[in-house]
Amino acid sequence: MQLRDPAHHVSPRAIVFWTVRAVPGWLILLAVQLLWFLTSRGDEGLRVAALAVTVVFASAHLVVMPRWRYRVHRWEVTDTAVYTQSGWLSQERRIAPISRVQTVDTERGPLEQLFRLANVTVTTASAAGPLRIHGLDRATADGLVAQLTEITSRSEGDAT
Amino acid sequence: MTLNGSQHGAQRDESWRRLSTRMLLVHPVRELVRYIPALVGLVVAGRSVGDGEMWWWGPLGVVLVIALSVLRWATTRYRITAEQVQLRTGLLQRKTVATPADRVRSVDVTASPLHRLLGLAKVDIGTGSQRSASGSGSGLTLDSLPTAEAAALRAELLHRALSPSVDERAGSSPSEPGGLPFEAVPVGDVPVAPDPDIELVRLDPRWVRFAPFTMSGVLAAAAILGLGWNLLDQMNVTPSDVGPVRGFVDHMEQTAIWLGILQVMVALAAAVIALSIGGYVLSYWGFRLTRHSQGSLHITRGLLTTRATSIEERRLRGVELGEPLLLRAVHAARLSGITTGLESRGRADGGSSLLLPPAPLAVARALAAQILRDAAPVEVSLTAHGPAARRRRFLRVLLPASVLVVGAGAAIWSGGSLWLGLGAVLTIPVAVLLAADRYRSLGHALSGGALVTQQGSLGRRRDVLACDGIIGWNLRQTYFQRRAGLATLTATTAAGRQRYAVTDLPLSMAVALGNRALPGLFGDFLEPEVPEAPGAGSPIAPG
Repeated sequence: MQLRDPAHHVSPRAIVFWTVRAVPGWLILLAVQLLWFLTSRGDEGLRVAALAVTVVFASAHLVVMPRWRYRVHRWEVTDTAVYTQSGWLSQERRIAPISRVQTVDTERGPLEQLFRLANVTVTTASAAGPLRIHGLDRATADGLVAQLTEITSRSEGDAT
Repeated sequence: MTLNGSQHGAQRDESWRRLSTRMLLVHPVRELVRYIPALVGLVVAGRSVGDGEMWWWGPLGVVLVIALSVLRWATTRYRITAEQVQLRTGLLQRKTVATPADRVRSVDVTASPLHRLLGLAKVDIGTGSQRSASGSGSGLTLDSLPTAEAAALRAELLHRALSPSVDERAGSSPSEPGGLPFEAVPVGDVPVAPDPDIELVRLDPRWVRFAPFTMSGVLAAAAILGLGWNLLDQMNVTPSDVGPVRGFVDHMEQTAIWLGILQVMVALAAAVIALSIGGYVLSYWGFRLTRHSQGSLHITRGLLTTRATSIEERRLRGVELGEPLLLRAVHAARLSGITTGLESRGRADGGSSLLLPPAPLAVARALAAQILRDAAPVEVSLTAHGPAARRRRFLRVLLPASVLVVGAGAAIWSGGSLWLGLGAVLTIPVAVLLAADRYRSLGHALSGGALVTQQGSLGRRRDVLACDGIIGWNLRQTYFQRRAGLATLTATTAAGRQRYAVTDLPLSMAVALGNRALPGLFGDFLEPEVPEAPGAGSPIAPG
């Protein structure tokens, strides 16, 4: 018995967003190494090797991670359940019945606003189970929230 | 049983009430103890400023602290109305905390030795809201009421909180007051005799023998050592200057090293055993678990500080049977509840969710069966997770062990002691035993409408979680799990730990398990079944 992938991809702009978001971390590391490269003398080989390794890993990460993420990150909402899939090296699928949904939020960080993206978070009564959909197109996110609000208002109970 | 019937007379007392007058004896003492460092500072400062003319600083501080605590008592009022429990505190900054009475999920009554001497008890009213992590607004504390009043309040609040469930059962039993809201129950109704509590379990003093097999003694010993060391350090005393320590060091210098180590070990073991037994007796003496016919479990325990906890059964989503390695070795276990709205999990004495302190395994299992009203989830034999999961158990302990061996090898090669290598190599068999036991413990089942999952070796735990308490699934695969075809299925819930994981089971088994536990939820998301060769498990009914 297998689960299929959720139906919808997130916005393709998320690829660029994830790339840009990962850049500062690598830049800091590179800056530290450059400082080391310029200030110290001796063991030149070691310094060059370290720098090269960082550059290789950084570019591999920046090329592979966002595309891999884009292939994994998916979502789907039916009348009975919310289903998300996220991650890249570690992947996680989360399913929550609509009847247990407590709140639906959207949020946009400054960088996400730049890329006209939004996150949707669906929480249940459990501290362990918020379902997050990252990198949605803003219009899609708004539509999704409206749809979820509409569906959840139809179900009853206190969702615990 | 009517709520404002015989005990409380015709008119409910809804006026603002003060905490017990006797608290005027408790508060100042406690505050003085709390402010000792500041007071000592004041005395020292008073002495040193201007030739000791400011000697009155210290006494003034004491008077101030006492006055403040009296003021606190005088400005604290509480009242219990039909809808709410309200607590008002503060003189300048008045604060009123209100808790809706029908949201009350737990009422703990605690009495420290000082409280007991004065016939008082503290009442903690919990509403168990998850979102108020700040601690405020998640209930309130009445510190303190006379013991009888505290007990009456607890009974009253709990029964009131239970009244909705009485509503639900309305009509099913004619002795109930018709499921009316309690305010509307006519006063002078025929007094219903209080239902006797059914005792489920009571502490057998012989269970104290399990105390040394818990970690509590080790933790207590470490805490005491740490505290002592800190004290010496703060007082600028070198440990070797202290008489007994000095004597100990001299003694050690004169004995053979192995004898010295042996003596220290024996002394440590004795201390740990004594501490753990002391802790067990202090926390659990007089432990008694009863079931009230209106649907709650009541726990009373404690030697010096007594504690009474109630758990509503409709908030109970299951139980955790804890069998840490040492307890397992002596066929013992402890039991806690999986409950919505109890926050004090993780405390050394088990907190509010404790259902049974370390006790014989048979007793723990029987109690779990009684609480769940079904023996199956506790007794059921678990489905193992297969060879890939076993490989993973071994890899995960053998990798660190081999890193250790390689490290030791490098150390020896660069001139380290050979003992290092011996120690590192010895971790391998330990790791193998651990992995084997971890695999043996790993398993899951669906039984009696509950998800049963068990894992761990040093801290083995069997969780029984009612399927209707599951409010979602997380199906997680790390990179290595994907390569091994495994997944970790986590049931999320509003109760207890919030997450109960079934670790490292084959992916298809995980999906099937989730699908069986909450039928229909996966429905739309399942891959269309590829028709397999017939006879692969499910027998086809003739006709």
